[in-house]
Amino acid sequence: MYAFDYHRPASLAEAAQLLAGNPEAKLLAGGQTYIPTLKQRLAKPAAVIDLGRIAELRGIREEAGGLTIGATTRHAEVAGSPLVERVIPALAALAEGIGDPQVRNCGTLGGSIANNDPAADYPAAVVGLGATVRTSKGRSIAGDDFFTGMFETALEPDEIVTAVHFPKPEKAAYAKFPNPASRYAIVGVFLAKTAGGVRVAVTGAAPCVFRATALEQALAQSWSAAAIDGVTIDASNLNSDIHAQADYRAHLIKVMAKRALAAAG
Amino acid sequence: MAIAVSMTVNGKAVGAEIEPRALLVQFLREHLRLTGTRVGCDTGQCGACTVHVNGRAVKSCLVLAAQAQGAQVVTIEGLARDGELHPMQVAFSEHHGLQCGFCTPGMIMSAADLLQRNPDPTEHEVREWLEGNLCRCTGYHNIVKAILAAAQTMRGMAKAAE
Repeated sequence: MYAFDYHRPASLAEAAQLLAGNPEAKLLAGGQTYIPTLKQRLAKPAAVIDLGRIAELRGIREEAGGLTIGATTRHAEVAGSPLVERVIPALAALAEGIGDPQVRNCGTLGGSIANNDPAADYPAAVVGLGATVRTSKGRSIAGDDFFTGMFETALEPDEIVTAVHFPKPEKAAYAKFPNPASRYAIVGVFLAKTAGGVRVAVTGAAPCVFRATALEQALAQSWSAAAIDGVTIDASNLNSDIHAQADYRAHLIKVMAKRALAAAG
Repeated sequence: MAIAVSMTVNGKAVGAEIEPRALLVQFLREHLRLTGTRVGCDTGQCGACTVHVNGRAVKSCLVLAAQAQGAQVVTIEGLARDGELHPMQVAFSEHHGLQCGFCTPGMIMSAADLLQRNPDPTEHEVREWLEGNLCRCTGYHNIVKAILAAAQTMRGMAKAAE
């Protein structure tokens, strides 16, 4: 790691001020991606702003029938929350499948979505549930608009994710085909029947999470495995790498969609 | 610029001036000389550096020492009580839950966290839980056996205490 200054603000306002005053500073949430990044010297921040002690960024509450989850809430807290299990069990199941127990004890929702790793799990839930990302600048960004590209988001350089609001779906489930070493999704599909229609979000398959609109249309007509069978997934924009070829990922999207459908009921 | 950190490690208040980039595992091993916690892969994959921070298993090579300011930290050295090994340590010894032993401290700390939240895990649950701990000798079979045996012992102890 390169050397850096360290700040541990006690409030969101203080964190936002530190970040605005230091363009070379970076935010640290759970650190399960950022600390390895620092160790590999892939980043050289002048200062690290640790969000771990800001009480207002943490916690899970019911809001408008759905859930609002603070940005620094740990994956293990979401996975083990009776409230999440009752309101959106698919979200608890997704959190339970991230990384491994130690990673889930540190890693956070806000860190995951702000990093926007193409193979991360949470972006699929944010898009798949039509969630809204709230920020330190008072913005509410629709999940569909938040993830803008590989490791890119709609956040401004001095903007901090404060919470995510997930509306309660009628039905939802997430299924992923994990890389056996990292547990990142080679393909992950989050499928939801919501008040606004059927939503299908795919992670791991392309440079950024995306909505599989052909699957959405087919499932809106018929909520069935047969409807998924009838869809052809275009592999031309999918990733090919050492883990899987694009055509295999296209195949896995349908398989994961069917598994999610079976789990959602 | 050095910063001051203080925390409780194995029940003892400790503190030091450290660089902000110092990892928790470096603080434990190099400042406190608690070398039971291992650095295996140093990339967050292997879990040999697992310790408890405020009661939860974390990989101490993926946490800055500064992040643990004020925390209750327990390492493998802190599991035994009054000269008596923790039941998990006894079970690893009895069931030979190790080959070379390098991963053992991390395995034991991780398994102890599992039993805190699930006192009666199935074999499948134990194996799933160990996703964060690698044994390069592939000695998983006896590790799982040891954890299941420790779970039984600890359930018996909890019942006897009632």
